[in-house]
Amino acid sequence: MTRVSELKDAALRAYRAMCTARAFDTKVSALYKAGKIFGGVFLGRGHEAIAACEAVFLEKGRDVYNPFIREMAGRCAWSDDAVLESARSYFGSALGCMGGKDGNVHWGQPLQGVPAPVSHLGAMVGVVAGMMLAKRFRGEKGCVGVACIGDGTTSVGAAHEACNLIAVQKLPVVVVVSNNLFAYSTPNAQEFACASLCDRGRGYGMAAHECDGTDFLQTLATMQCAIAAARAGEGPQWVVATTLRMCGHGEHDDASYIPDSLRQAYADRDPLDIARRQLVEEGWLSEQQDEELNAHIRDEVQRAVAQAQREPVPDPQSLDWTSVSWKPVRA
Amino acid sequence: MSVTYIDAIHRALEELLQEDDRVFLFGEDIAGTFGGAFKATKGLAEKFPGRVLNTPIAEDAIMSVAIGAALGGMKPVVEMQFADFGTLGLNQMGNNAGAHFFRTGVPVNITMRMPCGGTPGGGPFHSQSVEALFAHYPGVHVFTPATVADAYYMLKQAVQIPDPVVFMEHKFLYRWLKADSWEESDPLPIGSARIAREGEHATVVAFSAMVPEALKAAQDLAEQSGYELEVVDLRSVKPLDMDTILASVARTGRMLVVSEDFPWGGVAAEVVSRVVAEGMHLLDAPPLRLTSKESPIPYHPELWRAHRPNAASIADAARYLISL
Repeated sequence: MTRVSELKDAALRAYRAMCTARAFDTKVSALYKAGKIFGGVFLGRGHEAIAACEAVFLEKGRDVYNPFIREMAGRCAWSDDAVLESARSYFGSALGCMGGKDGNVHWGQPLQGVPAPVSHLGAMVGVVAGMMLAKRFRGEKGCVGVACIGDGTTSVGAAHEACNLIAVQKLPVVVVVSNNLFAYSTPNAQEFACASLCDRGRGYGMAAHECDGTDFLQTLATMQCAIAAARAGEGPQWVVATTLRMCGHGEHDDASYIPDSLRQAYADRDPLDIARRQLVEEGWLSEQQDEELNAHIRDEVQRAVAQAQREPVPDPQSLDWTSVSWKPVRA
Repeated sequence: MSVTYIDAIHRALEELLQEDDRVFLFGEDIAGTFGGAFKATKGLAEKFPGRVLNTPIAEDAIMSVAIGAALGGMKPVVEMQFADFGTLGLNQMGNNAGAHFFRTGVPVNITMRMPCGGTPGGGPFHSQSVEALFAHYPGVHVFTPATVADAYYMLKQAVQIPDPVVFMEHKFLYRWLKADSWEESDPLPIGSARIAREGEHATVVAFSAMVPEALKAAQDLAEQSGYELEVVDLRSVKPLDMDTILASVARTGRMLVVSEDFPWGGVAAEVVSRVVAEGMHLLDAPPLRLTSKESPIPYHPELWRAHRPNAASIADAARYLISL
């Protein structure tokens, strides 16, 4: 495994993405409560370290990244336009990459390596596999695809079918399982009966990795190891990262089913606090730098949200409602 | 030389692999020397190494991987072993591939080959016609070739069309339907229905294996009663060529729609609904539909023959329609 000291650059980029995602989530939650967002709002609170660390080792234009619903920090680590595009997605801006035809966490840029997720859990794992298969056909080497799922998705047939196919084809895919202990309201004990979700990965024939997804540097080192292995041609990798969902399933959900003992753990296990402390301890970040960084991020989020709110909305009169790109020419 | 419907499909697949290095074949049991449950890909894995891939038994993943490969610039041609199992890929086709162009502006160039329809002894789960389930979703084209030449040309065009296409190949036609060649001098473009037989007394709209049945019914009725049926072969159920249907109904004033699928919400219901909505004034009698019975498809050949429309039941329905 790479020594932590060699990860400084990735650590700082990941931390910036985490802070950006938290600031955006805080803003979009407030907008939801103010009635400014049309549909659901899904936060990544508690998932920031996992998401940022899995994406910080990817390269846009070369790799494939399939964020799940709590992967805002990963989107920020993947691409500089994540905050603006996420804001556009929530407001349904006509200028966003989905043009208001889909929204919230469903946005993607498939031709740049981020497929647009559908809501059916597990359905995108095979899409990542197919994008990597296409790269194999085209002779592209050294690329990696990261497919993100949660503890609940491990129960879905589509995810199982795709993971098995990935392993059979030995595709360079890293499946990241974020286990936040609850699938919507359902606790792990009602979701699966195996001792560890790592066994699932090993069962497919993947190399399995495990980390505490609230421990930033441990998560960073684990993701670096798994992604490097896939990139080096060692076959598919399976990462189980455990964390706490420090919010409801969506902002409509008060998460009253989460026991108080777990809620009380949030204060000590917030991945942002842990990351900040670890970066300061390593001497890679000062408190003053952190304050400046977060002030800058707050401005960036504010500007992006304001811009998305000002942008034109889709016009049902002028929209081309067609669902196909090809139309028949009749004889 | 005599060629069959499945020869035409094999030939189209071979030419597609030859002509475009973005094409690859993906499905269960299609590679190696085996060449698929119906031998549609026989010999192709050897001729095109690495481009005919066997998959695990995983219809959802077959479709999702095909979608991803298409997004990566490839043109996957998927074989479902039986259309009945294609329902396991329905979510990916409808909700993922079908919705994709509308959501993102990026079309998904996948072709889903579906060996469909009944054969004697096929039973409830190897006989279904599921075109209506797939056609229900926006963003999906559904082709239903009924001739050897259409099997060839329409499969080649299906792969050239950038959108998701469901290609319904009728298993009964595979080796039963023969022609001198898969080529014809002036093939119709996709999206146009064909007047398979001209007639003045009633229009019979059919597709897939019901086209040869309707043609036989028309021949029998002409010989026995002197009535001339006009048979319209839809060729594709989506897009649906209403112009050709309505023009035929305008000539005959009567319409019978024949489908091998179950009655509820099928293509026959769609055609009747549209003709009533768009051409009620053209009809001299209520439009009829003839479909399979409202029951699973039975195993015993005698039950199976009674379950689906055939030349005799089509002729009976047409006689009744003309008597109205």
